Amino acid sequence: MSELEQAAAVIIGAGIVGNSLAYHLAKLGWRDLVLVDKGPMPNPGGSTGHASNFIYGIEYSKMMADLTADSTRQYKELGVFIESGGLEVARTAARMEEVRRRASAATAWGVRREIVSPGEVHELVPYVDPSVVVGAIYFPEVGVVDSLRAGTIMRERAELLGALTVRAGTEVLGIEVDPVTRRVRGVRTTSGDFATETVAVCCGVWSPRIARMAGASIPLTPIVHQMISVGPVPLFADTSGEIAYPIVRDVDTNMYERQHGGDLEVGSYAHRPMIVRPDAIPSNEEAALSPTEMPFTQEDFDPQLEQALELMPELLGDERVGIRYAINGLISMTPDGHPVLGETPEVKGLWSVAASWIKEGPGIGRAVAELMTEGVSEIDIAEADIARFYDFQRTRRHVEARAAEGFNKMYGIVHPAEQWSDERRVRLPPMYEQEVALGAFFYQTAGWERPHWYESNAPLLERYGDAVLPREAEWESRWWSPIINAEHLAMREACGLVDLTAFVEIDVTGPGALETVQQLAVAQMDVPVGRVVYTSLLDGRGGFKADLTIMRLGPEHFRVVTGGAHGMADKKWIADHLPDDGRAHLCDLTSAWSTIGLWGPRARDILTSVTPDDVSHEGFPFATCRNIEVDGIAVLASRISYVGELGWELYVPMEQGARLWEVLADAGGPHGLVPVGIGVYGTTGRLEKGYRAYGNELSADYDLVEAGMTRPSVKPQPFVGKEAYLAQRERPPVATLCTLVVDDHRASDGRLRHPLGGEPVLTPAGERIVDAKGRPSYVTSAGSGPSVGRHLLFAYLPTDLAVEGQRFLVECMSERLPVTVAVAGSRPLFDPANERVRA
Amino acid sequence: MDVLVCVKRVPMVGGRIALTEDERHVDTTMLGFTVSPHEECAVEEAVEITESHGGTVTVCTLGPYEAAEQLRAAMAVGAHAAHLLETARDDFGPVGTARAITEAVRGLEASRGLPFDLLLFGNEAADTGDHQVGVRVAHALGRPCATGVKHLAVANDRVEARREYRGVEELFVLTLPAVVTVKEGINLPRYPSLPGRMRAKKAPVTTETPDFQPDRLQMERLRVPRAERRSAEILGNGEEAVPALVALLAEWGIVG
Repeated sequence: MSELEQAAAVIIGAGIVGNSLAYHLAKLGWRDLVLVDKGPMPNPGGSTGHASNFIYGIEYSKMMADLTADSTRQYKELGVFIESGGLEVARTAARMEEVRRRASAATAWGVRREIVSPGEVHELVPYVDPSVVVGAIYFPEVGVVDSLRAGTIMRERAELLGALTVRAGTEVLGIEVDPVTRRVRGVRTTSGDFATETVAVCCGVWSPRIARMAGASIPLTPIVHQMISVGPVPLFADTSGEIAYPIVRDVDTNMYERQHGGDLEVGSYAHRPMIVRPDAIPSNEEAALSPTEMPFTQEDFDPQLEQALELMPELLGDERVGIRYAINGLISMTPDGHPVLGETPEVKGLWSVAASWIKEGPGIGRAVAELMTEGVSEIDIAEADIARFYDFQRTRRHVEARAAEGFNKMYGIVHPAEQWSDERRVRLPPMYEQEVALGAFFYQTAGWERPHWYESNAPLLERYGDAVLPREAEWESRWWSPIINAEHLAMREACGLVDLTAFVEIDVTGPGALETVQQLAVAQMDVPVGRVVYTSLLDGRGGFKADLTIMRLGPEHFRVVTGGAHGMADKKWIADHLPDDGRAHLCDLTSAWSTIGLWGPRARDILTSVTPDDVSHEGFPFATCRNIEVDGIAVLASRISYVGELGWELYVPMEQGARLWEVLADAGGPHGLVPVGIGVYGTTGRLEKGYRAYGNELSADYDLVEAGMTRPSVKPQPFVGKEAYLAQRERPPVATLCTLVVDDHRASDGRLRHPLGGEPVLTPAGERIVDAKGRPSYVTSAGSGPSVGRHLLFAYLPTDLAVEGQRFLVECMSERLPVTVAVAGSRPLFDPANERVRA
Repeated sequence: MDVLVCVKRVPMVGGRIALTEDERHVDTTMLGFTVSPHEECAVEEAVEITESHGGTVTVCTLGPYEAAEQLRAAMAVGAHAAHLLETARDDFGPVGTARAITEAVRGLEASRGLPFDLLLFGNEAADTGDHQVGVRVAHALGRPCATGVKHLAVANDRVEARREYRGVEELFVLTLPAVVTVKEGINLPRYPSLPGRMRAKKAPVTTETPDFQPDRLQMERLRVPRAERRSAEILGNGEEAVPALVALLAEWGIVG
């Protein structure tokens, strides 16, 4: 490298994200930061430069709502926010139902909102034809920002702190990575080379290309979002400033319309998905406008013109109002719609800060800066962790297929359990053919096809009658079946067979293996060989990082088993904590092992009939594991349960999974064994037992004490988050996780409604509940409890309100349903003494 | 007044132009398409003439199937009819193009039963810049032709065309039917309205296949000349830049 300059970090990309990251790193004390961009300042030509710049606070994801709220606060502080209000208009009855669902989500996160009539819509936005809409939701706090100005101010503040050097017109030519340690060493650019251990890729649509220079992948794709600007609008001539009328999201047509000075911007997510590969984006020099303002393809937009004209006939039908600007703007789409944040699993010191909208940019900049500095961020961004992706999810085909399918869902009515239709059958469990024959209804988790329920169990519906807690409303019946609850009852009555192939198995081995798991787990890991330990892993601040089980298979051999959804992030967390001297190794065995759960009162009878080994309670105690033989198959059996029944997780070589399934199914038939789907395993069985789930109840926002998961003593060995955990134990919890039951499902229209999760919990007077740390009470998990005959909800409540018998309201689809705290803490509602698992 | 306007589909290029590997074309992989600013003005002029004098505007182009996009863009701002000389060939030069357009005009006029009063062209195409097609068509049809026109006025059976040349304004009077090639600046073209765009989308485009004969004029190769490296000097930021800026303005004689 020539002209080598030292930098604490090189930030690539001066859009809203890069500027924000530079500013927040500088505020957190970083110095010698370098910000490079190949384009000119203040608009280097990325997606920030053509953004429509409006901010709606409403989101179903709490993370996204939190990031947006934080960004809004930052934009206001920077003086670049103009409050305009914003509408989402409904053209159909189905959309009105969605409006009511969004209103409840808004209540949950504290976003002000009002459901309004067509007449009120017309009063707010006089150019909307009220006869086209049936109603709307109005968010008075919606506004627009000047994102380029915000970026400039943040960049200048970092410079003023003496922390930042800005290099515009500087193209990155390469990222140097140490071939052995896989750590970043430097960045080569057209304005010289930098030696640095930290590189942040804030390159929006170009991020995959830049990350590839270091041998890492950032799974996103550029995709076209069409936008036109029409004017001059005579009505706007009398208004001053950028915006005087509320923004309109015409969600049923996947469009938005917003005043921009004398013009009206019309944007669309309705057209065919147009994927552009990062290498096909023109350079700043070659682009007619900017690189991310690609040539407009009129024919794709034509159907939207008609729909826009329908909604705003007078304004847009005016022959004097011309289409003055039209682009195929490029934006970033990821396979799951979430940003891609954090250190890449492939390269240490290489950070991805990508796939952010304007409305999250400053919040993301702050959160990632905190993560880079302290290892934890105030806003939990685990959902957006770049480490969440499996290799198949990083393939171009997968990224592009999911982006294409997700694009038209942008303003869609998307059920929380809705499954993707493309990119299915990418990972198949070994017993897949048997499951298909049983009429499995498959959901997809981490690429695995997993039966959610089995149509072959439909005859059970008659046996259990109303005990299956039938649902009335179409929404709650969607992606659901009463068969799930019938399977649940059959499992509790006899036995269930559950395909758990999606589990992630990670072996930690070597002389440093104990030390590695010991420093990560809250629970004592220095246990006898053959013990199974259920434990949480914490972050440095004592928030939840993971929740999993660890088997000790040998003195220097531990097997970590975690869920498919969070497996890859957990794997990186463990890998990051391996000793530097190589005394412990990590091996991902996920593709080598299938797992079958066998649970229910008859589980032992069934297993006994196919194994010569001792599986009695005394011979095979709870929370232990050992190798057994099942009809000639060597199986690792682990006696634990996530559904609260006697039984085992049976780990079997992938190629013998189908056979083990068959052996157990045959042996279990006479005992009443039924195949049981994940609907039971993940929801009904778990909720009745008060078992918490990472990503629902367990997040970085809450701690072990609040979740009711403390143990009598704390192990003497150090572990990540221990100091924070000890402090948490010393003071009363601010909130307490409770199990609530719905007392009356009847809504005002007479229909029975069932909360599905995410709904706000309100006081009997209908007030929002927020604890002393500012955290709102909302439903973290919801589902049927067939064995207790109630619809169950988990929610954190401020500890003084977490009193059994206390009554509250849950706002579901804008209807308020009465609920009661059944359990404050972790006592199971079903089998409170846990006798069944220890039978 | 019935006016026929001829336009040409050309790539919308940025600051730096990329060529195809055979160096015979502009690489349009990442580019959109448009017509030259002269032609946009020709369409606008035709629309304004018919708005004040009545009549129709027909827009015509020779190009690929996709060139209908440019015809519809013209209809979105007020042209009434469109005619596409559809060809996938990329070696129509100015002679062949003029010949094909001449034939098309004859055909259109025969089916109308009367000639177009006025044929408008852009002064030159935005990509090849031959300055030939309008003149060649006029010659072939035996009609008077004025080029480089920046002002046009219609009166009964004639048009007055003005242009500036070497500091002198020239005024021509052309008896109709006539041919005029216009230059950017003759008017300010309007933007398409939404209703205009929607009318254009539904409007028919008539099509014919032009005959091709090789020109005796062949374009051999394109080359992008080495661009001058332009540089800018940053005088400073905020207030600290003021003295340097004032000194520079004084040097240029802008401030005393």
